[in-house]
Amino acid sequence: MRVMLTIARREFVGYFITPLAYVFLVVFLVAAAVATFYFGRFLEDRQADLIPFFQFHPFLLLVLMPAVGMRLWTEERRSGSIELLMTLPVTTWQAVLGKFLAAWAFAGICLILTFPIVWTVNWLGSPDNGVIAAGYVGSFLMAGALIALTSCISALTKSQVIAFVISVVAGFILMVSGLALVLDLFTGWAPEYLVDLVASFSFYTHFNELTSGIIAGSSIVFFVSLIGLLLLINRQIIELKKAG
Amino acid sequence: MSSPFIEVRSLHKHFGSVKAVNDVNFSVDKGEVLGFLGPNGAGKSTTMKVITGFLPPTMGTAFVCGHDIRIDPIAAKRRFGYLPEGAPLYGDMTPEGFLDFIGRTRKMTRPARRAAIRNVVERMGLGEVLHRRIETLSKGFRRRVGLAQAILHDPDVLILDEPTDGLDPNQKHDVRELIRSMGDSKAIIISTHILEEVDAVCDRAVIIDHGRVVSDGTPLQLHARSPEFNSVALRVTEQDATRLVEVLGALPEVAKVERRNASNGLVSLLVLPRNGQFIADMVGTTVRQNNIFVTDMHAETGKLDDVFRAVTIHSSAT
Ligand SMILES: Nc1ncnc2c1ncn2[C@@H]1O[C@H](COP(=O)(O)OP(=O)(O)O)[C@@H](O)[C@H]1O
Ligand SMILES: [Mg+2]
Repeated sequence: MRVMLTIARREFVGYFITPLAYVFLVVFLVAAAVATFYFGRFLEDRQADLIPFFQFHPFLLLVLMPAVGMRLWTEERRSGSIELLMTLPVTTWQAVLGKFLAAWAFAGICLILTFPIVWTVNWLGSPDNGVIAAGYVGSFLMAGALIALTSCISALTKSQVIAFVISVVAGFILMVSGLALVLDLFTGWAPEYLVDLVASFSFYTHFNELTSGIIAGSSIVFFVSLIGLLLLINRQIIELKKAG
Repeated sequence: MSSPFIEVRSLHKHFGSVKAVNDVNFSVDKGEVLGFLGPNGAGKSTTMKVITGFLPPTMGTAFVCGHDIRIDPIAAKRRFGYLPEGAPLYGDMTPEGFLDFIGRTRKMTRPARRAAIRNVVERMGLGEVLHRRIETLSKGFRRRVGLAQAILHDPDVLILDEPTDGLDPNQKHDVRELIRSMGDSKAIIISTHILEEVDAVCDRAVIIDHGRVVSDGTPLQLHARSPEFNSVALRVTEQDATRLVEVLGALPEVAKVERRNASNGLVSLLVLPRNGQFIADMVGTTVRQNNIFVTDMHAETGKLDDVFRAVTIHSSAT
């Protein structure tokens, strides 16, 4: 546990060594605010909730979480430091989990820094803060799933750019698999259980369930087990491919 | 328990059809510095990567302080320090932060970490760069950070892959001094393709080629495999040379006398012993008895280069 936290700590501090992290935070906050106030016509509607804010989140996270996670393993492989890390008395699982937690914590900070938006709605009206809290839980879980996905993919390449692009595409596929547009491709010819299966993998479906305010247990279970599964795959990839 | 600190047993590592390590066996005891030699691509780094648990062996295994690297990798990893080839580090950290990270992963308490870092920083002369980012450091300093990392927890076993590669002569000297200073209390493996390092730091040398051990012995034994081992070089005048070739050639201990290059009316002779025996004494006596004036006379120790080439060329032909 302590060793895992040591790895997480090193990785987390690493985010703030370069100005990139700050640039990233600003981009995240500006994008979140623009999305909320501009696309959501937040001010005109004078609606005291954060529905547009959270509706935009999946797409913001889809692009920004791969950017947070893309260097997790690519850098280790590119610089060769993976050989150093994996010959320290550290298990692969500790390394995978430590890195994931660091990136997830960074994502958490991004979300926490959007709190001024919450204060703003509370100042403008009296929103249902329970719904808002559920929205944050949903966003945070989805961010975790996207980071775990990116971490997996970053273990396969030495290039951050490749890791980023593939992660965005893979995330996009998972995201839209629940949209009617995509499900329409399957309905008609595919058996119903397949359609349900495709839909059940959708980030978007689960995210919407969560953000609608009912903390849907099944969606939490979905995200948590997806994260666990992806990290297990991540560990397997590292064990098999660490030298290549 | 008197088992060796490092034991490599029937180790094989294949990459597809490439047998990078092919049935390697050796062991290293406490107090021994083992030079691990071989041409590029011989399998030195691969062997080290398997011993340190970075790569799984295809067959066979390695033990570090009695811990099988396949069965109990964490216990084995606690006991060694490792400098991978090229000394990869976390470039965005400072040496101080980096060493602290290493100490934490090795579960050292804060006071133990502080003391250990102070010790290695002094030993490796890292004081002036302690707070600079590693990626901005010179190659020499980076290598020293890599070495500091490897010895931080004062391990029983040190595995260093080409620790002097790419360093200038002064830096090479420093690193060799460091290795020698630790040689009594630890078991150390250093890989190198610089043969002078064998005489400088090693108690024993293992030469591998194409993944196989082709020679294992002390530096002296290695020198002894050179045809020139214990031969005597002389410089004499042209006239004396003819006479000397005759009298020395007649001695039963002498295999043959070779004429080498001549210049300024002087000829270089090389007197080769039979079976590598010591003949310098006898050659000296013979020279004096014949009243021959020599401008230079010395015994050869045998060039490791020749031995190295002989054992590695031989094996590649098979
Ligand atoms: N990850 C790898 N994949 C495939 N072949 C490899 C890999 N690593 C090393 N090799 C091959 O194994 C052989 C031994 O390499 P190496 O152990 O690096 O040699 P040395 O360190 O003695 O120069 C070489 O032929 C090399 O090409
Ligand atoms: Mg090598």
